[in-house]
Amino acid sequence: MTATAAAFETSERSAYNQPPKPVQRVVWMDAFFKNLTRFFAFFVFAMLAAILISLVVHSQLTLSKFGFNFLFNAEWDPVTEEFGALVPIYGTLVSSAIAMAIGIPVSFGIALFLTELSPNWLKRPLGTAIEMLAAIPSIIYGMWGLFVFAPLFAEHVQPVLIKTFGALPIFGPLFKGPAMGIGMLTAGIILAIMVIPFITAVMRDVFELVPPLLKESAYGLGATTWEVVWRVVLPYTKIGVVGGVMLGLGRALGETMAVTFVIGNAHRLSTSLLAPGNSIASSLANEFTEAVGDLHSSALIELGLILFLITTIVLALSKLLLLQLSKREGRET
Amino acid sequence: MSSAIAPLNKIYRRRRMVNALMLFISGLTLLFGLFWLAWIIVTLFYEGFNALGPSLFTQNTPPPGSNGGLLNAIVGSFLMAMMGTLIGTPVGILAGTYLAEFGRRGWLAPATRFINDILLSAPSIVIGLFIYSVYVAKVSHFSGWAGALALSLIVIPVVVRTTDDMLKLVPDSLREAAVALGAPAWKMIVFVSYRAARAGIVTGILLAVARISGETAPLLFTSLNNQFWSLNMNAPMANLPVVIFQFAMSPYPDWHRLAWGGAILITLGVLGLNILARVMFRR
Repeated sequence: MTATAAAFETSERSAYNQPPKPVQRVVWMDAFFKNLTRFFAFFVFAMLAAILISLVVHSQLTLSKFGFNFLFNAEWDPVTEEFGALVPIYGTLVSSAIAMAIGIPVSFGIALFLTELSPNWLKRPLGTAIEMLAAIPSIIYGMWGLFVFAPLFAEHVQPVLIKTFGALPIFGPLFKGPAMGIGMLTAGIILAIMVIPFITAVMRDVFELVPPLLKESAYGLGATTWEVVWRVVLPYTKIGVVGGVMLGLGRALGETMAVTFVIGNAHRLSTSLLAPGNSIASSLANEFTEAVGDLHSSALIELGLILFLITTIVLALSKLLLLQLSKREGRET
Repeated sequence: MSSAIAPLNKIYRRRRMVNALMLFISGLTLLFGLFWLAWIIVTLFYEGFNALGPSLFTQNTPPPGSNGGLLNAIVGSFLMAMMGTLIGTPVGILAGTYLAEFGRRGWLAPATRFINDILLSAPSIVIGLFIYSVYVAKVSHFSGWAGALALSLIVIPVVVRTTDDMLKLVPDSLREAAVALGAPAWKMIVFVSYRAARAGIVTGILLAVARISGETAPLLFTSLNNQFWSLNMNAPMANLPVVIFQFAMSPYPDWHRLAWGGAILITLGVLGLNILARVMFRR
């Protein structure tokens, strides 16, 4: 009697501890599926670090040979094996700065038009058209820039720039030299066209986050549309706007093909914006497959490492700012 | 009395004028943006349709000075984009699934989301450099596989982002209903969440394909180029973007014409995919 009871109890307990076969399979499948997705999420997580590590490892040669001097040396001579990154870094920063100087106000204007002025039925087609600018592959921008834009620019715009600004005391040196079409300024303008859709998209999205109550209060007090945008919308969304600008900057810094076509690819430091120059990405695109010797490729990979570090920092800042905005949004609503 | 209102009127008129001026400038900036779009598209169509012809699709890339087409480049681009998508999509979807379905607690999901957004905008040339250092340099030859791998690394962040976003749009009540009926988590995700978010996920894949179809920079150091017909993914492979780059930078007018032909093919393909993705998503 007690024996059967004990047997019954143990059999029941074991049945409780070990679920029937189909349930076991479910538990196993669930664990498998979850860990599979976790593995790939970790894969994506580790990718950034993997890229960084591989670039550091493969640029070891120049990292140890030139150290920090690499950043400030304007020499780039594969024959004497003397490498410095100053010219491409300068070109990258200057062309991106030009792009931002044009791109930020234009994007702000477009976002303002799309959120405050456009009639509802026009919003969608106009927004789509601007987004199409982002869809056009960068090589098309480059080709168009080289064959269509640069010749016209050299013929009609650059001579005017040289004549009007070239003689000025401070800005003068920026606009000196022959009108060649290709050069830093052309690259900057084309980059500006390319980043406009990215900055506009972020600005439009954050402008739409502004609570209608705030805007209506301002309108109720008699503010004009411009005053509402400048005094209410922009202060409310400034973090997001800066985030959008950073996103555009990250894009501009790393853009390769469009710049390679029109920047002129000259390893020369020049004060003039009309002179040909070089950016990090364009040096890589031009020289990497033809690099002679390990030191040359190592120097180019180190250039890539510098580019990757700069863009990662800029993009991380952009992301942090945008996250902060959405967090505030969550708190207030 | 009138003297008290007059300055007010002046301020009022100034405010109205500033407003009108700024809104006018805002309209101009929009025209500025549309102007470049129109200019690029018109040039592209004008030059591109001159280059289009049956030989573009039936002959291989020629040496300078003779006739030819872009057949090998079109096929190479297609193969590498397909392989890149096939490798990148499952990885992206599974990682995105973790972020949206399992990652509500813990550090991995927010950290991965953050890094994924950085990868989304990371310079593609560095991706090429990465694949060169870890794959091409090890096997010491350029190859179509290396190109496909580089493209897949560009596909992954796009797919992760859209999968994550789209799964987050699926209402939790659907998930709870499935679990309440006794469905295990994996069944709930595969048969309920995926199904509800299918249109969005497919849109993401289409956008990723559109993105890689025009990518040039990561292919420069990975698949390189090939002047001849080749289906061997283990050898250097011709592809449209690099052919366009090489031909456009050359001094030969025939090559320029072919480059325009390739440019219009790529642009039509990319814009077509974008429009298709939009239409799918709206439905």
